[in-house]
Amino acid sequence: MNISSAKKPSTRFEPWDNPNEKPLVQFKNVTKRFGSFTAIDDISLDIYEREFFALLGPSGCGKTTMMRMLAGFETPSEGIISLGDDDIGAVPPYKRPVNMMFQSYALFPHMTVEANIAFGLKQDKWPKNLIEERVEEMLSLVQLRKFAKRKPHQLSGGQRQRVALARSLAKKPKLLLLDEPLGALDKKLREQTQFELMDIQEKLGMTFVIVTHDQEEAMTVASRIAVMDDGKIMQVATPEVIYEYPNSRYVADFIGDVNIIEGRLDNRTDEGIKLSWAEGQPEIAIANNTKRSENENACFAIRPEKVHVSREEPLDADNRIRGQIDDIAYIGNLSTYYVKLSNGMIFKAQESNRRRLANREFTWEDQVWLSWRNTAGVLLD
Amino acid sequence: MSNRFTWFNTTSLTLGFVFLYLPILILVFFSFNESRLVTVWAGFSTKWYVELFKDEAFLDAALVTLRVALLSATVATILGTLAAVVMVRAGRFRGRTLFSGMIYAPLVMPEVITGLSLLLLFVAMGVDRGFWTITMAHITFSMCYAAVVVSSRMVTFDRSLEEAATDLGCTPFQSFIKVTLPIMAPAIISAWLLAFTLSLDDLVIASFTSGPGATTLPMKIYSQVRLGVTPKINALSTILIMIVTMGVITASILTKRAEAQRKADELMAES
Repeated sequence: MNISSAKKPSTRFEPWDNPNEKPLVQFKNVTKRFGSFTAIDDISLDIYEREFFALLGPSGCGKTTMMRMLAGFETPSEGIISLGDDDIGAVPPYKRPVNMMFQSYALFPHMTVEANIAFGLKQDKWPKNLIEERVEEMLSLVQLRKFAKRKPHQLSGGQRQRVALARSLAKKPKLLLLDEPLGALDKKLREQTQFELMDIQEKLGMTFVIVTHDQEEAMTVASRIAVMDDGKIMQVATPEVIYEYPNSRYVADFIGDVNIIEGRLDNRTDEGIKLSWAEGQPEIAIANNTKRSENENACFAIRPEKVHVSREEPLDADNRIRGQIDDIAYIGNLSTYYVKLSNGMIFKAQESNRRRLANREFTWEDQVWLSWRNTAGVLLD
Repeated sequence: MSNRFTWFNTTSLTLGFVFLYLPILILVFFSFNESRLVTVWAGFSTKWYVELFKDEAFLDAALVTLRVALLSATVATILGTLAAVVMVRAGRFRGRTLFSGMIYAPLVMPEVITGLSLLLLFVAMGVDRGFWTITMAHITFSMCYAAVVVSSRMVTFDRSLEEAATDLGCTPFQSFIKVTLPIMAPAIISAWLLAFTLSLDDLVIASFTSGPGATTLPMKIYSQVRLGVTPKINALSTILIMIVTMGVITASILTKRAEAQRKADELMAES
């Protein structure tokens, strides 16, 4: 899991925590129905200027509809969408200061790269010299100056993606929408392009909204992520919060890998609260969680990489459970151990492979201890 | 390669082509005949072409044919394109199957019936038959060919191209003109050429719908031949063959290009 390593703590950008900050885009109780099908169900959402905002969710969750409403291709059935001070719900796409980069890129095949980028500017009747200047600027931004005279079918997939980006940026929109922009690229190129996108966004100081089903992509590029499911927003937060403090089982499960344990809370102490969850298994100690009371059903979620695997019993750990290694998924840099507990539950634990294969300590059928600190997991509803 | 051109294949291929093209070749050959008799060679001459261009009746007929073809092809292409847009774009509306079926039906309708029904219509409406009725009739039957040609390209058209144009500031009408039409152009042009050739060729429907004032070339040729074939007819037919051949070749080149473009677009969409 790639947890936004690129975010610099020195330039803290958190307009969403500032109550005086006015959002650039606001969804107010927006509902969108197609016939009897409700694609968007009463969503309210604020997106701030200069944000790189990600709409993340499985296909059919409504993220594309959200984007198409922002672009103007769909109008909300109920509620208000505003951009700046204007209600844009019914404004047609060609009158919005919003541009979109399409998943298929939608480059005009009968025009050169240059003409594609200049298209929107000509439409807005920019003076000729300014158009030339702007096209030149855009071509340098995406490093395609050499390809200005080519037609789209003479370019590689990555180059087309850049042309599409340049075309959508050319008009200096207040808001740029990116619909699965990297979906058609291979993994290496995609990762590289993610960083380029972030650089460009930072350099231009623009507001980007990206739609993606790829959680790593969302985590890498976004300042905040909205996790969507079934026409609703489940959680809106920074990638770190989404990953470390998911607010629901759905979010915990959708983002990354997780162990989920259902049980009953009891024994509140100064150090926190305990969860009893299975006959014969030690209770799980969870650091102080004031929101929850005793004798309540709860769900405990812990990420595999927070669980340590050891042969000796780690006596200083807050939680330790004994089990047997059932399976090992080796993916090179990491190994995920599927450890079977005495009650039959499979518990995932992840260790990074700092040593090479021959020196690794555990193998199939080994008896091991799983351990984690009482702050490592979260309680969910 | 070696077993492709066995003597059997070669022979059957030759026979087939001879069967198809010998009559036409003979016709073209004798159009350059010096003699008045169609079947006796008496040396090379272009005098029948000269004669032809002196014959007012033929020239009139040629002019009528050309005007009918130009006008009917243009109108048929416009109507056919609109029909294709509706068929492909409108999604599922009530009676869609019926509508598209009705567009395709004239393709398989016997010409005699189309001609007769149009004649009855014109008579019932009390319209004077002539240039305009022929044109109308040609529009009616070539429109469905145009619709078929255009809609076959339209189904592969990526709608997000239009959305992109709208997103960049075009009204829906502007995006149709600036993006959809140029991309569709090869298909529209080949539809026009097809409609043009169909109109040029038509004898049956024109015979039914023409009046005393307007005679098309195929009608003229047909009536002349009944009085006896002259090399003038050969000359005229040769010219017609040339025009039609050129039309067909251009149309097929355009279709091929459009196909190549479509493949390139698809490749683009996939990669």
